[in-house]
Amino acid sequence: MASRNLPAPDEARRRNRKVGLIGLAMALGMLGMGFAAVPLYRIFCQVTGYGGTTQRVDSATASAVQAVGRTMSIRFDANVERDMPWQFKPLQTTHSIKVGQRDLALFWAKNTSDKVVTGTASFNVEPEQAAKYFNKIQCFCFTSQTLQPGEAVKMPVLYYVDPAILGDEDNKDVEQITLSYTFHVTATKDPVAVAKGLDHGEVGS
Amino acid sequence: MATTADQFQGHVSDHGHGHDHLHEHPGFFARWFMSTNHKDIGTMYLIFAIFAGIIGGAFSGMMRVELAEPGIQYLDMFAKWFGAENPDFTTTLHTWNVLITAHGLIMVFFMVMPAIIGGFGNWFVPIMIGAPDMAFPRMNNISFWLTVAGFVSLMCSAFVPGGTGLGAGTGWTVYAPLSTYGSPGPAVDFGIFALHLAGAGSIMGAINFITTIFNMRAPGMTLHKMPLFVWSVLVTAFLLLLSLPVLAAAITMLLTDRNFGTTFFDPAGGGDPVLYQHLFWFFGHPEVYIMILPGFGIISQIISTFSKKPVFGYLGMAYAMVAIGVVGFIVWAHHMYATGLSVNTKMYFTAATMVIAVPTGVKIFSWIATMWGGSLEFKSPMVWAIGFIFLFTVGGVTGVVLANGGIDDNLHDTYYVVAHFHYVLSLGAVTALFAGFYYWFPKMSGKMHSEFLALLHFAIFFVGVNMIFFPMHFLGMQGMPRRYPDYPEAFTYWNHIATIGYMVMAASLVVWFVNIAYAFLAGRKAGDNYWGEGATTLEWTLTSPPPFHQFETLPVIDEAAHH
Repeated sequence: MASRNLPAPDEARRRNRKVGLIGLAMALGMLGMGFAAVPLYRIFCQVTGYGGTTQRVDSATASAVQAVGRTMSIRFDANVERDMPWQFKPLQTTHSIKVGQRDLALFWAKNTSDKVVTGTASFNVEPEQAAKYFNKIQCFCFTSQTLQPGEAVKMPVLYYVDPAILGDEDNKDVEQITLSYTFHVTATKDPVAVAKGLDHGEVGS
Repeated sequence: MATTADQFQGHVSDHGHGHDHLHEHPGFFARWFMSTNHKDIGTMYLIFAIFAGIIGGAFSGMMRVELAEPGIQYLDMFAKWFGAENPDFTTTLHTWNVLITAHGLIMVFFMVMPAIIGGFGNWFVPIMIGAPDMAFPRMNNISFWLTVAGFVSLMCSAFVPGGTGLGAGTGWTVYAPLSTYGSPGPAVDFGIFALHLAGAGSIMGAINFITTIFNMRAPGMTLHKMPLFVWSVLVTAFLLLLSLPVLAAAITMLLTDRNFGTTFFDPAGGGDPVLYQHLFWFFGHPEVYIMILPGFGIISQIISTFSKKPVFGYLGMAYAMVAIGVVGFIVWAHHMYATGLSVNTKMYFTAATMVIAVPTGVKIFSWIATMWGGSLEFKSPMVWAIGFIFLFTVGGVTGVVLANGGIDDNLHDTYYVVAHFHYVLSLGAVTALFAGFYYWFPKMSGKMHSEFLALLHFAIFFVGVNMIFFPMHFLGMQGMPRRYPDYPEAFTYWNHIATIGYMVMAASLVVWFVNIAYAFLAGRKAGDNYWGEGATTLEWTLTSPPPFHQFETLPVIDEAAHH
């Protein structure tokens, strides 16, 4: 009974190679999954608001939204990453708005260095479960911002809170949402070099 | 039957022509450095693991001596050992980070894994299933030397700049951004390279084990007749195969973030450091089962042997390990409760984590049920195995406590966590390793160790490790955080006890080395089956040590035989 399935040497080698290659394919598949996690995680955050990722809508969608009775407080927070030569602050601490009502908040940034600095703002809201209802129509964070040496600018955010938040069990005790930005350096340039048309762009960390 | 043997003999010599004249009496270099023999490679893994364990253990001794008193006493000296000249305070503290990092990485990747999978797995999986060798003997050799190369790379990292001092000070988790722009200099790159090499070696080893177990079982050795140690290595191999590549992807992205300007984990470019933590723990949680499952297998063999009866609930035991392996892949974020998970996410991970206690409980109770009514014999491996059950259960219970997202808010990154994972790994996996060592050492070496010294080793070790780690529960609950070389005076008492415990534990290792020396110098010759009638697996049908090539006549497993 025992000898019935015993493979010949070549057959054994072929079977070993087959199982070994299946194993290798599984390992390579998981390696690919590891890298695929990067875009999947981004999409996951955008769809679910995970990690406080806010939503982005066009103005057509936004204009269909009606304000409802309930009022919420929106708190604004602004930071720059360590060693970034910018001042960055909100021009209002809080706004009291009706849910669904469009609101414009202003931030102010100043380049305190003698270099041309380009920055990009990362953002999130707290509490996190409110993120999927926090819609931005326009935001300075959608693109990178470049400031000349000593230049100061006001930066607008146009947003509203989706009335659907009122029907969400997880958000029933949320009365204030904090919108937070952090500016990161994406490039710094020496203004003299820029004037001469030379690009000694140095990518900041 | 004659056909069977002939065919398999053909198969054996097929592994390499000239096998016989090359490998029957190979020279020292050819036998050990070019080895394709699973027993020789297993021996090399064990020696390597002991070597790495001494280094990793010495690092923990350096940490314990620093923690014996509040304030910084010895770190300055340690910083100089690593080559820092006149270290300032920051550099001194960096040395602490290097110590915790090296201790963790060495113990996980270069001590427990090589010993329990590379060492005992290589030695006994082929024998227990009645195979002449592993399926890919040359790849087995590559696996081993990749692991050694990884260790060398990690050792190199200690002597090159790693940011605020010499060496990689990132913790074994290598979290971004500390490991990216927080640690300039080549040390972290060396560390990442070490993980790549060790990981590649382990993945190859896993493929080898899976192929061996699926294809090379002796006639009659069905999957449901395999010894539980083989089952444990099979499940472990699948965990390795599915989790290590994810780590490889994560640390490759770290490497490109560090050196090539990508921003996978850098918010400035749209990345997210928390993604690294997800990827790391998707690997990291299965990794802890990789370290403990083969230990479960060893303990099952030992409890069965010294109770002189088959393991209670064999199938339940095998599939409990499968269940632990499967569920182990969907609980990773319980390591990340402090990263701002939503309440619902925490609830899921809390519940899923607690589910693991069910198959683990099946194993604990089945071991006890195996002993129940058995003809017990308290030889040294059995005593170590019972010690394992106790220590692992303590660690398992604190694990259930920590699984709670709410409680973890308080205990996260405290010494309570340190106590928990050392109870399951340092005391669990290492106790299983020593149990396996005393169980199989005479089989591997042909010499009996001293039972008295083995029991003495256990007694001192057991007292020592409990003195080190039990007080850490108190320290953690009182709020002492991990990863600091200093603490307020209120924590002095139990830290002092823990440091004394370390010295006790270290003394037990001296007994162990004396025992090994005794065995080789004066040990009695070991018989084929020195544990007697309870030892029923195939390794006990061979001589001690087994012949260079075993099972040239293939064993046939009786249909009625138990495991």
